[in-house]
Amino acid sequence: MSNAVAHADAHGHAVHHPELQHHFETMQQQKEASTFGMWLFLLTEVLFFGGIFFAYLLYRMWYFDAFAEASRDLDLVLGGFNTVVLIGSSLTMAFAVRAAQTGSSSGTVRWLILTMFLGAVFLGVKVIEYSHKFEVGHVPGPNFHSTSQWAAQEQIFYSLYFTMTGLHAVHMIVGIVILAVITRMAAQGRFNESYHTPVEMTGLYWHFVDLVWIYLFPLLYLVERHN
Amino acid sequence: MSVHIAPKSLYISIFGALMVLTAVTVAAAFVNLGNLNAPVALAIATLKATLVVLFFMHVKYSSKMIKLVVATSLFFLTILLTETLMDFATRGWVAIPKLMH
Amino acid sequence: MLDTLKLPDHHYLNDGHGLKSWLLTKDHKRIAMMYLISITVMFALGGFFAAGVRLELMTPQGDLFLADTYNKFFTMHGVVMVFFFLIPSTPAVLGNFLIPPMVGAKDLAFPRINLLSLYIFWLGAAFFFYALFSGGVDTGWTFYTPFSSFSSNTNVVPTALGVFISGFSSILTGLNFIVTIHRMRAPGLSWFKLPLFVWAHYATSLIQVLGTPVVAITIIMVFVERAFGFGIFDPVRGGDPVLFQHLFWFYSHPAVYIMIVPALGVMSELISTFTRKTIFGYSFVAFSSLAIAVFGFIVWAHHMFVAGISPYSALVFSFLSFSVAIPSAVKVFNWTATLWKGSISFEPPMLYAYGFMGLFLVGGLTGLFLATLGTDIHLHDTYFVVAHFHYIMVGGAIMGYIGGIHFWWPKMTGRMYSEFGARMSAILVFVGFNLTFFPQFILGYMGMPRRYHAYPDEFQVLNIMSSAGAGVLGIGYILPVIYLTYSLTRGKAAGPNPWGASGLEWQTQSPPVTANFTEPPVVPAEPYEYTPHVAREANLV
Repeated sequence: MSNAVAHADAHGHAVHHPELQHHFETMQQQKEASTFGMWLFLLTEVLFFGGIFFAYLLYRMWYFDAFAEASRDLDLVLGGFNTVVLIGSSLTMAFAVRAAQTGSSSGTVRWLILTMFLGAVFLGVKVIEYSHKFEVGHVPGPNFHSTSQWAAQEQIFYSLYFTMTGLHAVHMIVGIVILAVITRMAAQGRFNESYHTPVEMTGLYWHFVDLVWIYLFPLLYLVERHN
Repeated sequence: MSVHIAPKSLYISIFGALMVLTAVTVAAAFVNLGNLNAPVALAIATLKATLVVLFFMHVKYSSKMIKLVVATSLFFLTILLTETLMDFATRGWVAIPKLMH
Repeated sequence: MLDTLKLPDHHYLNDGHGLKSWLLTKDHKRIAMMYLISITVMFALGGFFAAGVRLELMTPQGDLFLADTYNKFFTMHGVVMVFFFLIPSTPAVLGNFLIPPMVGAKDLAFPRINLLSLYIFWLGAAFFFYALFSGGVDTGWTFYTPFSSFSSNTNVVPTALGVFISGFSSILTGLNFIVTIHRMRAPGLSWFKLPLFVWAHYATSLIQVLGTPVVAITIIMVFVERAFGFGIFDPVRGGDPVLFQHLFWFYSHPAVYIMIVPALGVMSELISTFTRKTIFGYSFVAFSSLAIAVFGFIVWAHHMFVAGISPYSALVFSFLSFSVAIPSAVKVFNWTATLWKGSISFEPPMLYAYGFMGLFLVGGLTGLFLATLGTDIHLHDTYFVVAHFHYIMVGGAIMGYIGGIHFWWPKMTGRMYSEFGARMSAILVFVGFNLTFFPQFILGYMGMPRRYHAYPDEFQVLNIMSSAGAGVLGIGYILPVIYLTYSLTRGKAAGPNPWGASGLEWQTQSPPVTANFTEPPVVPAEPYEYTPHVAREANLV
């Protein structure tokens, strides 16, 4: 405590929170800046995925039959299972943030680990799906194999499928790495009621990744299932 | 510094709603709605996304600034989608018969 | 009086020595200086390629390079200048250095992210250099598909990845500025007391944050086509190359405003300082920056009028393109009104400002020719277009950037440079620039297409004028490197406020301490408050 007092004297105002960085005046300002910055980052993500969503929507309108046929080859059970897993991981993430807000370090750690686990399950299922595509030759490019009359346009579907889900998976991997770091910090007792911004920011990112999948699932797996 | 702490029950009911909507969107894909399949799927996805943004991401309890950022991203996304679509949607409007046949 | 000025004992430049104290710094001023050095290197590299292009075009036959080599030269000139010089130029150097002191803050909101953005920039540049040394790239800086994804046999992938990576540096800089301007302002410093430089950077940052991700995803799509043989824009499989152009220009048109809007902000500072007046119509100028940022996003397809887009949408895009002229004209009119009855002086930075106003005007007005559907069909892909965008990007953005460097150099280094050298440089740049690019308007109007290494004999006179002008322009750009470097050790101490300017950044010592202010800055009642008191402090009366 004596350190903190000396620190406060040097600056001539109230005692600093240990996590307050020197260029901010208050914890409130620091937290608002972080939240605002994180949301601006998510704004860039919206436009990032927006570009490829447009490409998808355009080609889906142009080549609906090819898209419908290719979409039926995706495994709805695995896709649906993954949707449940990922939304479930959003729930556990929300609980992790809530535990951090109430100052429960052990709760935070527990929920974060569960979130990471669900994220890993999602990626595992994705690996199964991808390897199946490789086996049956549904990877666009020189080795693409399809007997459909719309084989060329099916390649566009699969190109978008792999690019979109691939980018989503990269975001998940980054998210799991961040979660691991945050879990470690939580286990060290770095967070409490007055300082848990990193957990909240990670939560925002994780929910965003979930949000992308909420659109990807119906667009890729459910183009037309009633035939 | 007041932090809004939502009750656990709220998160669970949001999760439940998301599950129900997922089931609905899968079911809707198996029904022939004609041209409406895609709009219905997108509408359900948007409803789910709204729930996630408002409750899981706490936008409902956030400052006006954060709401403005969300609105800005949607505004510019709309510009990207509509103006590009404006080109593709009107391309077929002009036929030059002598050249085409 | 000025002779007695000495450099302060403690400032950010001597707060820590050695390479490590620079590479691990979180000080926005040191990061800005490292950006300054980095982009100066890139500018020299881009200039080298430009010199190659102008040398080749001195003769009609195309006898200096092979056609393929020429393609690589203009491509790498464009890639370096656009992505590695112009986009970071004013924001990453001047904005980085000045926004915190201008808003009365100790640093940007996220100092570590600021440093990260520099490292990302270097990583992107490393990818580019890899592409360069393994043979270069020839797609043009626009990477149009399907040439870039399937036909070109040059290093498209590393170049595109370099651009993709450096884009994140731009995003992070913009994000940092927006949060800083919103959340870090000194008490009492309301939005309408901010310098117009800060407003301009706020608008620029919005474009960086909103536009760059779209070009990032576009590059990813080209990347998967080229690297994995996917088909997204591939016409053979039913893809549409024009979709690429839409997504590309959704960013790359606003990117022009990333280059020019910060320069517009610099202009407002220069013109106000050297007329000793507040900017006429402050709020109009402030909002015109935001208007340019927003309008900039709705006009992109005027780059594509002859690419096969629907004539109906071309009509709308043409109409919308004219709307950008309104906020741009607001700025020029208001600066002119500011000059009126001001006590105008001719200090070196102001010479750049005068040059800027003339060149920006020409660049802006010739843009109207290209926004008009009928004339664009005649002028598209000719040297008229080349001249037009160089008037904006070189005559506008680079003039503003170098003018700003001359204005804030005393603040950044604490020393004055050779005034004679600076005047010479400003004049040479203005003369050389016009000699280089004005003939290109005529060439383009007469029908000389861009991106060819050979041309009919009758175009030679104008091309030689252009190449000669490029030589003059080059000397104009090399001069500042010499006298500014010389001033680092030999220049006279500048004192806190050598120009008698009014911004908060002039209230602190030059160069500032690491935390920018030794005592809290006094927020003025009005922006650009020129009172006898300020002038007296600067020994000007």
